[in-house]
Amino acid sequence: MKNENENKYNEPFIRISKRGIPLPFWKALGIRAVALLAALILCGIIIFSIIKLNPVNVYVAMFEGAFSTTKRIWVTIRDTMMLLCIGIGLAPSFMMRFWNIGAEGQILMGGIVSAACMIYLSKTLTTLPMLLLMLGFSIIAGGIWGLIPGIFKAIWNTNETLFTLMMNYIAIQLTAYCVALWENPIGSNTVGIINPRTRAGWFPELFGQPYLLNVLLVITLAVLMYIYLHYTKQGYEIAVVGESENTARYAAINVPKVIMRTTFISGAVCGIAGFLAVAGASHTISTSTAGGRGFTAIIVAWLAKFNPFIMIPISALLVFLDKGSIEISSRYNLNDHVSNMIIGIILFFILGSEFFINYQVKFRGRRNENIPECEQQCNTKEVEA
Amino acid sequence: MTVDNQKTVEKAIEMVNITKTFGEVVANNRICLDIYAGEILALLGENGSGKSTLMNVLSGIYAPDEGYIRVYGKPVSIRSPKEAHELGIGMVYQHFKLVDVLTAAENIVLGLNENRLVDLKNVRAQVKQICDRYGFIVDPDKKVYDMSVSEKQTLEIVKLLYRGADILILDEPTAVLTPQETEKLFAVMRNMKADGKSLVFISHKLHEVMEISDRVAVLRKGCYIGDIATKDTNPQMLTDMMVGSSISLNIERPEPKDLKERLIVNNLTVIDKDGVKRLDNVSFTAYGGEILGVAGITGSGQKELLEAIAGLQKVEEGSSIRFISPEGKEEEICGKDPIDIYNLGLGFAFVPEDRFGMGLVASMDLVDNVMLRSYKKGKSIFTDRKTPKELAEKIVKELEVITPSLSTPIRRLSGGNVQKMLVGREIAGNPSLLMTAYAVRGLDIRTTHTIFNLLNEQKKRGVAVIYVGEDLDVLLELCDRILVLCGGKVSGIVDARHVKKEEVGLLMTQLGKEATA
Amino acid sequence: MTQLIALLQAGIMFGTVILYGSTGETLTEKSGNLNLGVPGIMYLGGIMGLMTTFYYEMNNPNPNKFVCLVLAMVSAFIASMLGGLIYCILTVSLRTNQNVTGLTLTIFAGGFANFFGGILNRLAGGVGQISVATTSAAFRATLPFAKSLPPLLSMLFGFGFMVYLAIVVALLVNWFINRTSVGLNLRAVGENPATADAAAINVTLYKYLATCIGAGISGLGGLFYVMDYTKGTWDSGGGIEGLGWLAVALVIFSSWNSKRGIWGAYLFGMLYWLFFYIPNLTRRSMELFKMLPYLVTIIVLVFVSLRRKRENQPPGSLGLPYFREER
Repeated sequence: MKNENENKYNEPFIRISKRGIPLPFWKALGIRAVALLAALILCGIIIFSIIKLNPVNVYVAMFEGAFSTTKRIWVTIRDTMMLLCIGIGLAPSFMMRFWNIGAEGQILMGGIVSAACMIYLSKTLTTLPMLLLMLGFSIIAGGIWGLIPGIFKAIWNTNETLFTLMMNYIAIQLTAYCVALWENPIGSNTVGIINPRTRAGWFPELFGQPYLLNVLLVITLAVLMYIYLHYTKQGYEIAVVGESENTARYAAINVPKVIMRTTFISGAVCGIAGFLAVAGASHTISTSTAGGRGFTAIIVAWLAKFNPFIMIPISALLVFLDKGSIEISSRYNLNDHVSNMIIGIILFFILGSEFFINYQVKFRGRRNENIPECEQQCNTKEVEA
Repeated sequence: MTVDNQKTVEKAIEMVNITKTFGEVVANNRICLDIYAGEILALLGENGSGKSTLMNVLSGIYAPDEGYIRVYGKPVSIRSPKEAHELGIGMVYQHFKLVDVLTAAENIVLGLNENRLVDLKNVRAQVKQICDRYGFIVDPDKKVYDMSVSEKQTLEIVKLLYRGADILILDEPTAVLTPQETEKLFAVMRNMKADGKSLVFISHKLHEVMEISDRVAVLRKGCYIGDIATKDTNPQMLTDMMVGSSISLNIERPEPKDLKERLIVNNLTVIDKDGVKRLDNVSFTAYGGEILGVAGITGSGQKELLEAIAGLQKVEEGSSIRFISPEGKEEEICGKDPIDIYNLGLGFAFVPEDRFGMGLVASMDLVDNVMLRSYKKGKSIFTDRKTPKELAEKIVKELEVITPSLSTPIRRLSGGNVQKMLVGREIAGNPSLLMTAYAVRGLDIRTTHTIFNLLNEQKKRGVAVIYVGEDLDVLLELCDRILVLCGGKVSGIVDARHVKKEEVGLLMTQLGKEATA
Repeated sequence: MTQLIALLQAGIMFGTVILYGSTGETLTEKSGNLNLGVPGIMYLGGIMGLMTTFYYEMNNPNPNKFVCLVLAMVSAFIASMLGGLIYCILTVSLRTNQNVTGLTLTIFAGGFANFFGGILNRLAGGVGQISVATTSAAFRATLPFAKSLPPLLSMLFGFGFMVYLAIVVALLVNWFINRTSVGLNLRAVGENPATADAAAINVTLYKYLATCIGAGISGLGGLFYVMDYTKGTWDSGGGIEGLGWLAVALVIFSSWNSKRGIWGAYLFGMLYWLFFYIPNLTRRSMELFKMLPYLVTIIVLVFVSLRRKRENQPPGSLGLPYFREER
């Protein structure tokens, strides 16, 4: 470094270091809240500059889109449960550091077999056995779809990010095949609502609410998954394998078995999400049944640090944004892709805020001081105390 | 300060009031250190004394929280390794900074951008020049993943010289070398010193410090204790400076009694996944009631030996490992994996070399870690956390483990406390065979002696203890017998009480006369 | 025979889109960044190219072909670079998880692109009505003598310039990575950033540059899709996204070597369009055929993980963050 004055000295400007002691919970939450607020403000600015509308009105409209009528509230809840279900499915995989990007495909597989039951067995079974059968098949179908990449990872350490990604597209094509197979009316390339009159295979209303069963099913799954991951031996094994395979082997854990079991479970729960989508929500099957939620759920699971209960508010937020955007798009004559833009911006901010939670930044002013003589060597007694 | 012939010698480096903290730990506490041109300075200190941190500050990896550095009298701020290089400062790290898939020449030229296109002819010529001048041997076109540890280290030094380093810092360079390779290293170090270069030699091997250095500087617990000319000091004085009070090097060694055969290894052969033979026809017997040391240069097969016994390493046909329980029941465990061994209930304990990569789960807390080997107990699908919690409390109390609480993630504990938890857990299962690999590596003196006491206790209870270690002085004082491995073969099994250190060193580097063919 | 040529042609067109994507992502991944935002970045490239030329053509009665071309390419490249920049700021400076950040980018950019695409469609009077005639024609302009050649050669020489540009870029990137000093440094950054750092290479700078330039190149794929492949319209069916994922697959298929990526891209293209050229397929069976590129990728993936040759492995630090002050 060149200095005019020999004794001048320039300090580095910014120093970043990991926090030794983690921030208290409320402070961390506060930082995330600030990030959310900043993101909403930015979105507001964008909305205003593009569409010249008052952002507050827009946000109010969004709120109404999600919550203005009882029906809408239930739809919001139903879709939150759907997203939550997928997130629950991803939790065990991610805890094992198995990057399951294949939720889209696993959902579709569950959806296909559910739709198949609805179409072929509508005359033979009553509601309860039909639903149980569909549930069972969805678990198996989704589970297998998750297991296949799991087997290759377990035995040959094949990269799972890519494998699961490709499985998505194979599942989409299988779905397209089935749609062509079951299309109604012929030539329309859509399946249409299945069993609209008999409602065979549809979730029944409970206490007059069409989507209560969805809620019960998913909340039960959330509780079960939480208990599974944190209180059972299998959950412990998942955590150890996720940390280090060597440690797992040392602990006499059968690593391939754990990987395969976990990927099956992960896929199975996503398969249940497919069952939920077909039997409990749209009552049809198409290549957009998953609708990108398999990817969104990855982010939900990540932000929730794989805790099923924390996933609830996060899923709710995303679904709210989605519904709200659809509302404003129809009200103000936009298109509903704006929801993905807003969600993306909010997620960017929240992801970025993690930095301030985990690290501390120290600023150094530029100091130009004369270097003093060496101080007395430190008092060792002082240190040992 | 004057050195040698009453001439004032230039100060190459002056570090003034360097302070560096990580979270709550003060790694360097207002340290002042001078390095002169043309000297070999040994930097001594226990693990945790701050010597690596200090040198990382000098080489630009860490930025000090406070303090200043002068290079040849000029104040500088070293904000990155690049700036350190420009000032002529270079460091050879314990964990080599080499890219495996590249060749030696490519690694040397990395980051220099001398030419737009990578032109290795010039590089090869210059490398030859450097090698001839100081006495190194480097093959410029060899891929790093094909190189031995010693070759990689040589490459690291040549890399620095190629970039015109005048001040070289060597961080524990002899930890991975045979005695012969160490001599070669010392020879080139003397050549470099004669050429006017300054060398900082970080070590805690006192005999080497006495042999090669001109001056010794001592750090303790982040503070600078003082420096002294090597010719004016001796190992005892240096130990006092390092440790703060006179601790004799005495390790207790009770006489073994009532020896019972516990583990009989016959013709154990291991070939790793790259097809290299790591163990070749190894045979020995470990007895309950004694400590059997395993000596050898890093990579002679110690790791494979312990892992083969634990069931973590595949073994070849013809190998046999027989385990005899204290009750006399015999079991062939060769080829069984940890799951089988666990199911047989054989009472093995294994403290692996890789603490966080194998023995513990870094992100889990103390209780979850204590549970690691026993979590399967019981028929319930739920984990039992009560028993491990009690055990964890017991270990923390009896071994004086310093931790904020039982639910602290174990990675936040210091090295010594981590190891105490690990060893404590392994011993808690009342094993009849205890294997430890480098159990005291990187630990401070007090913890080290605690561990030795634990091992001796186990020995007195009739446990067969296998101790793999790298410090020959410890092996000679702690163990009853020492098995020396050389290149995967048993070079010799000697009585630790009556063997000389040089004999063991020799067995480590060439096969002894009694070695099995 | 004509069927085969037609298949080849379709394959090359399709392949060009993914070739841009994978060349760019190869460059990014060599620095250790796994950018799952590639589909989103390709969206950005496509929409920015479309928007800028749409406005230019709307407001200029006699649009200049050359200006159209430059405008489209520069705006696509810059927009995609900005996508890469967002990725870098988050993953390199703010230390977020690479997979999650990449997926968020894909979600965001997809929303952004389809939003403005929808608006453009509406302004133009409906889907498929956007007319950037001059620009699109410029992109699809072929060599004058091509039509007079025999069928195979006529096809091979009859592509728009971006097809040939893709090959050139792939070769250039390959040469850069393997033969230049800066490329050597980049390889070190991706393999072992601690080593690169100690060798005084500015790891952060390399990651930023490789990712942003890589993103720019990928974005050109989106531009090609819009201007040449779909002839200048905005298709809101999400076609770009699927191609983006195939591009990510191609990076691995080609073992992080953009030269190999060239024929891999065309192979994928032909596999994808195979269903169209096989006679007498039911619509249902066609859907099954469309699975082929993805199946083949899985097979190759498994094959590579079995063989484990060192030089074909992913960069050592791929997907992992690097910070100097970790203790």
